[in-house]
Amino acid sequence: MPAFDLAVTTRRELNAALHALPANTNETHWHVANPEGAHALAAGVNAPVTIEIDGHAGYYCAGMNQLATVIVNGNVGVGVAENMMSGRVHVKGDASQAAGATAHGGLLVIDGNASARCGISMKGVDIVVKGSIGPMSAFMAQAGNLVVLGDAGEALGDSLYETRIFVRGAVKSLGADCIEKELRPEHEEILTKLLLDAGVEGVSPQEFRRYGSARGLYNFHVDNASAY
Amino acid sequence: MCGIVGLFLKDPALEPDLGRLLADMLVVMTDRGPDSAGFAVYGGGDAGHLKVTVRGPRLDEVEDALAGIARAVRRDTHLVLSFAVSFEEQVRGWLALHRPDLVVTGSGQRIELYKEVGLPRQVADRFALPAMAGTHGIGHTRMATESAVTTDGAHPFSTGRDQCLVHNGSLSNHRSLRRRLEREGLSFVTDNDSEVAAGYISWRLREGDSLTTALEAGLEDLDGFYTFVIGTENGFAVMRDPISCKPAVMAETDRYVAFGSEYRALVGLPGIEQARIFEPEPAHAYVWERN
Repeated sequence: MPAFDLAVTTRRELNAALHALPANTNETHWHVANPEGAHALAAGVNAPVTIEIDGHAGYYCAGMNQLATVIVNGNVGVGVAENMMSGRVHVKGDASQAAGATAHGGLLVIDGNASARCGISMKGVDIVVKGSIGPMSAFMAQAGNLVVLGDAGEALGDSLYETRIFVRGAVKSLGADCIEKELRPEHEEILTKLLLDAGVEGVSPQEFRRYGSARGLYNFHVDNASAY
Repeated sequence: MCGIVGLFLKDPALEPDLGRLLADMLVVMTDRGPDSAGFAVYGGGDAGHLKVTVRGPRLDEVEDALAGIARAVRRDTHLVLSFAVSFEEQVRGWLALHRPDLVVTGSGQRIELYKEVGLPRQVADRFALPAMAGTHGIGHTRMATESAVTTDGAHPFSTGRDQCLVHNGSLSNHRSLRRRLEREGLSFVTDNDSEVAAGYISWRLREGDSLTTALEAGLEDLDGFYTFVIGTENGFAVMRDPISCKPAVMAETDRYVAFGSEYRALVGLPGIEQARIFEPEPAHAYVWERN
């Protein structure tokens, strides 16, 4: 198992080694010690390997991830899994702002809380937060699912497009054009699968409320036809 | 972009290490602000005495002229004058008459405030920050984006006795707020928006607010984005704007409360592995005070 101690080697060496991995590599389990809040750890990986980071990571950890599984045994800074395309990122502590921002695919699991703007502009990623999320989460979120076992802060889902938001706890307030919607069987199915994937046990999909776009902001309004 | 660090000690056993810990935190934030740095340290002081930190050239002359009434400690471009409160008018009068070119960076019973252009490591070493002791301290590394790289533009800003503020962000209404504060009798040394924020807090405290209510009032009156860290003679406070535009992370143990723009700045603190690490909420005043 390749191991990097960031007290000894540099983050650039780590990322360069990860970027050089071919898709069929046999070095499938990487271990990173002493991250000490360094930024851009395991960003831009494009190989089906597992990278375990022992400690707190800084900004943009596992950003742009494709195929890899990144596990952080600690907290992460701003923009974890930003623009992730596929794969899985698992944060065992808390996440700072903009977790999963603009991410297109894959699964982001946060065992603790995520602060402001979680899932901002998400474009297809699935995010499961076992704690609570901060204000302005899922701002302009376009696709994918945001599942929150705890509470959500102010202005949830402001200017939302088509992301589905599921919250089990209290929502402080909804943003513009975000409304509560009926939790139908197909949504329960989605939730059941995501809770299973995220390793959540003993929680029923029926405990969640669903929020989505009222579609009043982003759809073309026929009254404006004469403006063109 | 700027970097902020702050350390407020609960355990007196750590006080001799304050400067060393703060210097290490400051240097880590070089990436966020390589062009100038500054810091305020709350060290020793007596109730009947005042400490005034002045900055400028030809400090020997000041030392000699005031030798009869003030004890002077020179650190590079800064001089800390300590004297009995009864001499305040005399000292300030002499400075105003003979050395109007000097800038008073801060004054109070315990505060000492230093700032200079240069890499944070160089600034910390020039003033021998690692050797300073104290109960709390605040530091700032600056990356100027809209104004010149000058010592005047470096933080912290002090606009009241034993008060100082560092700021990451920018304010949009600092011109109108400055006029309002000037009508209230405050005066400003620079054109910097952060100095106005410092003045605003000083004004609220003067009007009887607590640190908490002063910061809460700022939510209404300050337009812009900010993370502030504030020091007073016995207090330490943190406030972020309502959309938490600028980063902040804190660590608290039985021995200290620490602030960093990034977690990296906190890595070297004793017992950080067991600290409660948290991100301060937007629009919430965090205040710690010593009894």
